[in-house]
Amino acid sequence: MTSLPDFARTRNGRRAIAGAVLLAAVLFPLAFDPLATQTDVAIFVLAYVMMGLGLNIVVGFAGLLDFGYVAFYAIGAYTIGWLASDHFTGIGGEQGIHVLVSEFVQTSSGIHINFFGVLIAAMIIAAALGALIGLPTLRLRGDYIAIVTLAFGEIIGRIALNGDEITFGQYQLTNGQQAISPVDQPFLPGVNYEFDSAFNLRPYYWTGLVLLCLTLFVNFRLRDSRVGRAWIALREDEVAAASMGVPLVRTKLLAYASGAALGGVAGSFLGSYNNAINSNQFQFSFSIFVLAMVILGGMGSIWGVAAGAAALAVIDRYLIPEVFNDLPSTFGLDFQLTQLSFGIFGFLLVLIMVLRPEGLFPERRRKLELTEGAGTDETVYEVRM
Amino acid sequence: MNAPSVPLGQRSAVIALRAFLERFGLILALLVLPVVYGIQDLSTEGDLSRLANNLVDGLSNGAIWALIALGYTLVYGIVELINFAHGDVFMIGSFVAAGFWGALGLTLATGVPGLVAGLLLTLIVAMFTCASLNVMIERVAYRPLRNAPRLAVLITAVGFSFILQNVGILWRGGQQQSVDNLIQQERQVLEVFGVVISRGDLLAIGVTLPLVLIVTTFIARSRQGKAMRATAQDPEAAQLMGINVDRTISLTFLLGGLLAGAAGLVYALYQTNVWYFQGFTAGLIAFTAAVMGGIGNLRGAVLGGLIIGCIQQISDNRIGGEWTPVVVFGYLIAIMTFRPRGLLGEQTREAG
Repeated sequence: MTSLPDFARTRNGRRAIAGAVLLAAVLFPLAFDPLATQTDVAIFVLAYVMMGLGLNIVVGFAGLLDFGYVAFYAIGAYTIGWLASDHFTGIGGEQGIHVLVSEFVQTSSGIHINFFGVLIAAMIIAAALGALIGLPTLRLRGDYIAIVTLAFGEIIGRIALNGDEITFGQYQLTNGQQAISPVDQPFLPGVNYEFDSAFNLRPYYWTGLVLLCLTLFVNFRLRDSRVGRAWIALREDEVAAASMGVPLVRTKLLAYASGAALGGVAGSFLGSYNNAINSNQFQFSFSIFVLAMVILGGMGSIWGVAAGAAALAVIDRYLIPEVFNDLPSTFGLDFQLTQLSFGIFGFLLVLIMVLRPEGLFPERRRKLELTEGAGTDETVYEVRM
Repeated sequence: MNAPSVPLGQRSAVIALRAFLERFGLILALLVLPVVYGIQDLSTEGDLSRLANNLVDGLSNGAIWALIALGYTLVYGIVELINFAHGDVFMIGSFVAAGFWGALGLTLATGVPGLVAGLLLTLIVAMFTCASLNVMIERVAYRPLRNAPRLAVLITAVGFSFILQNVGILWRGGQQQSVDNLIQQERQVLEVFGVVISRGDLLAIGVTLPLVLIVTTFIARSRQGKAMRATAQDPEAAQLMGINVDRTISLTFLLGGLLAGAAGLVYALYQTNVWYFQGFTAGLIAFTAAVMGGIGNLRGAVLGGLIIGCIQQISDNRIGGEWTPVVVFGYLIAIMTFRPRGLLGEQTREAG
């Protein structure tokens, strides 16, 4: 009889483990009451993992350091704010515009498009924005890319914040800090299931789980596809990749667009779940928060990033505010831990980079890249012998 | 290409236009705001005094950015790292300055001699605190990664930036805090053709100018400055020539920290408020200045600082302060994309 670790390494074994994990994930919210904090945290875990995986395409696969990922969160959230709320009251006459929405929303004015339709719209808009932001960085390398993307992220954040000054007729672009609220809840036409985060978080959780599974699937397929291999070639050596015939412009833009699309979907999902789209959500620190997920898990490693994102989401949403928030006061210090959350993530970033730059669960190839340097020549030489 | 279809004269015109934009495009782009608002002033008010006042305020603001930009450009020149935490070191400088003059007991009632002596002492304390902080950060966070990929170091720099911001939050809370307007910075010193020069303007220029001169002379003339230039050019060759590269890099961070500390004091006196987030904003503005002047180029950083100060002031005054970051970042993106070597800089490796 094969031992358990051996079984885990076989194809069937891995399938069995994946199935068990998936089953556990599906059943997870049933263990708690419908409005449990655990489910709430789990929903953020799902959304953050999606974002982490999106950024992983840009940073991990293609090696383009993106400091402005929050832009796609913002655009996704505003897409659902514009297309599924009362924000544009008066458009389309008194009744408003409705596409496949629940009876409850049917009576309200403004634009109301079905949640899943909005997700697709958010994906397209975010991808377009991603490619647009990518365009000026095409000629740049390394840290200049980081700064240009950061600048774009900040500009988008500023537009969100000051969007109440940009008006079209009677409509404001965003509501700034006043927030666009309420936002429609997901609705499946034909299935009369009530999504309402005020009474039951489980449907949101399952929606997020489905989205995450799709994201994971897309990530794996992309990584192993022609374009995925082109990304990795680009990351390892841009000049070599170009001379082997990898089309740089298209490959880079595809990376930006695919990463952004996932960020947009996650943003829409979170926007709907938060039920309010507030410009304060879209700050530089969030970009770095997502980047920290990718780095903690291990750039380029899909499971690693998923684990890193889940860990940071739990730290950010549960451990810091719920469990350890009062820790400083037990030491007689006069502050709450939530004030320090970004300092904690900053510290984590420094710690990982100094102690284990390849992340907790590195991708094998990436690990080799990072440990290159002293002694590399020898290894190459030995292989050639 | 389909070159034959384009008439020859037209083609050379296009080439000439390109060459023209290549040389003067950035300068033209920088002139847009002052020229537009200058024409607007002339047509509505008949003189340029409002614009001139904007520019004077801009120059003194820009003097502060220039001090910070020098820190970025020094560090970038020598280790090719965007020292993301530099803006936050400047913020700590402001906090130390405000805290120290409070501890000295300087208030609005303090007499002139006491005030001058106290502020000089504060300047020295702020400068040396920031310098040691900057050197410490380099030692702890950047030196272990000397041989790691450069993006790894950039990420630790961002991490340290967040840590310092949180130190700021713990120290003075999350809100803007006003500090004593010790020198009454808005008080008018002289007025020339409707252009008001205030005490704050004199302070900013008066602190920046000597410091910039000292630092540039130090780098141009001293033995250590020579070592810095050599290390910037080729660290390995410098090491082979017997230069202690690690010490030279520490010295660079020390110089950057000194300037950031001075900027911190001037900022606190000039703006009369401090908060933990000032470093992030100032850092990005100053970085824009450094890139505008040509990163790695000291004179460029000062020039860029002064220009960005003017642009910022015009934008604050005319467009609205809440849009200023968009204007500044717009310039940053445009410069990095179309002219990464800036006004005075050399072609960098990133610029490719």
